[in-house]
Amino acid sequence: MDYLLHILIVALIYGIFAISLNLELGYTGLYNFGHVAFFGIGAYTSALLGLSGLPVSLSMALGMAAAGVAGALLAIPALRLTGDFFGIATLVFAEMVRLFFVNERWLTKGPMGLPGIPRPSWIGEGIAGLPMFLLFCILLTLLVALTSRRLATSPFGRALKVVREDEYVAQALGKNVLSLKTRAIIFGSVLAGLAGCLWAHYISYISPSDFTLNETILVLLCVVLGGKGTNWGPVLGAFIIIFFQEALRFLPIPADFGRLVAPLQGMVYGFVLILIMLKRPEGIVSEYRGLRQC
Amino acid sequence: MLRIENVTKGFGGLVAVDDISLRLDNTGITGLIGPNGSGKTTLFHMITGFYRVDHGLIYFGDKLISRLKPHNISRIGLVRTFQQTRVLPFLSTLDNLLSAAPDQAGERLSSVFFRPAVVRREENESRERAMEILELVSLTSMSDQLAGMLSFGQQKLLEIGRVLMARPKMILLDEPTAGINPTLIRQLVEIIRGLKKRGIQIFLIEHNMPLVAEICEKIFVMDSGRLIFSGIPSEARRDARVIEAYLGREDRAS
Repeated sequence: MDYLLHILIVALIYGIFAISLNLELGYTGLYNFGHVAFFGIGAYTSALLGLSGLPVSLSMALGMAAAGVAGALLAIPALRLTGDFFGIATLVFAEMVRLFFVNERWLTKGPMGLPGIPRPSWIGEGIAGLPMFLLFCILLTLLVALTSRRLATSPFGRALKVVREDEYVAQALGKNVLSLKTRAIIFGSVLAGLAGCLWAHYISYISPSDFTLNETILVLLCVVLGGKGTNWGPVLGAFIIIFFQEALRFLPIPADFGRLVAPLQGMVYGFVLILIMLKRPEGIVSEYRGLRQC
Repeated sequence: MLRIENVTKGFGGLVAVDDISLRLDNTGITGLIGPNGSGKTTLFHMITGFYRVDHGLIYFGDKLISRLKPHNISRIGLVRTFQQTRVLPFLSTLDNLLSAAPDQAGERLSSVFFRPAVVRREENESRERAMEILELVSLTSMSDQLAGMLSFGQQKLLEIGRVLMARPKMILLDEPTAGINPTLIRQLVEIIRGLKKRGIQIFLIEHNMPLVAEICEKIFVMDSGRLIFSGIPSEARRDARVIEAYLGREDRAS
């Protein structure tokens, strides 16, 4: 039972993470391959502040703000690059952030990581706190999903889609493309920061190895599988991926082959990604449902 | 209304537009013609800010626009279409129009979250106007269809409708009739004339000569980056330099 609560909490955190990436990838068409950086910045900021004795809610708010500032710092130079080059810049940015976590030991304790990150006081530590933490995550996921929906169905969201479809047309129609993309990245970074904060305060221990390219790929898969450019698709994708990941633990794999499970998992993800691209590029939930296509 | 002064643009060693000066006062419909590669589209790109001018100045009304970004030029009422039709394929036909509504409060994040009533009211007004425009371009029944699934001709009409949605003072059309059938061309001509009646200035690049002669009050002819003629269409047909640009010099054959 506690195990199920744990999986649900992780799935919801990834749901928020996926929604945040969807704002950039799904609505604005920005292939951000370094999204984990903002998850990490949120997690580290909030963890360090929480450990220094600040109330958890305040540390989380500051963690989100730090992720947003980092988003702006990345967006301003990187958005002057187009297409593939933007993707490469974000990838490099995430690696820089990870190396910062590894090397700045005075602040982050390096590869040792940060143990003993507190939970919000009203939730309670350890297993006893699980139901309340789950409730906390459900409320935040709902809030984030509704915010994202408000955004997506607004003229602002429509303008983001115009940018995604055709930047030249967007400019010809008077849209400030750079400003729209920057705002999308900042918004996405703040929400990724929130997911990172939740992660840190839930798991209570973080280290640089939690914030690698693998996490970016995992969240990318959540968005693409669930349905990019839709409101609930990314959350659905997160649930499927996290449950699949956990289900693997129950496969009767002989101990000698245990070391093969992780690489095998990567292969399955890669295979699923290719299969989606070929068979259903819009994902499980389609952005175009309700629209006529013939 | 639109004033171009000594504008030049080169790409490497090639001078695409060479010291062009022209002005459009409230002419109604003005044509820009010339053989392929004569620099017409390059000139349009400069007027709308997509290319920077190397030398020269462009004014729209009293405003110097040759240093402005494309979106700022669009916002002051100078809106263009593209030579290759560019609808937003994965948005509905209606959303294609709505996205062009000018100066939307709902495109500011603060309004989206804190002034939803204002956004909703504005959105309803835009929707009404969009439906009128769909009626005008005969796409009412397609409003909820993905724009990418429309026929080529319908996409052309949608693109004109979208420009109209932006409440322009002047529109620049880059080959509006390229690749569409004669019936649709007639429909397009009626729409363009309707725009003129509403007081919108039209500047168009066109290769269909009879059409240009029919609808344009004034034309400019370009050849190899230079302006070689300006005046009424019937005179252009008798102008020696224009004939030469299109048919070649006679003595070249001998």
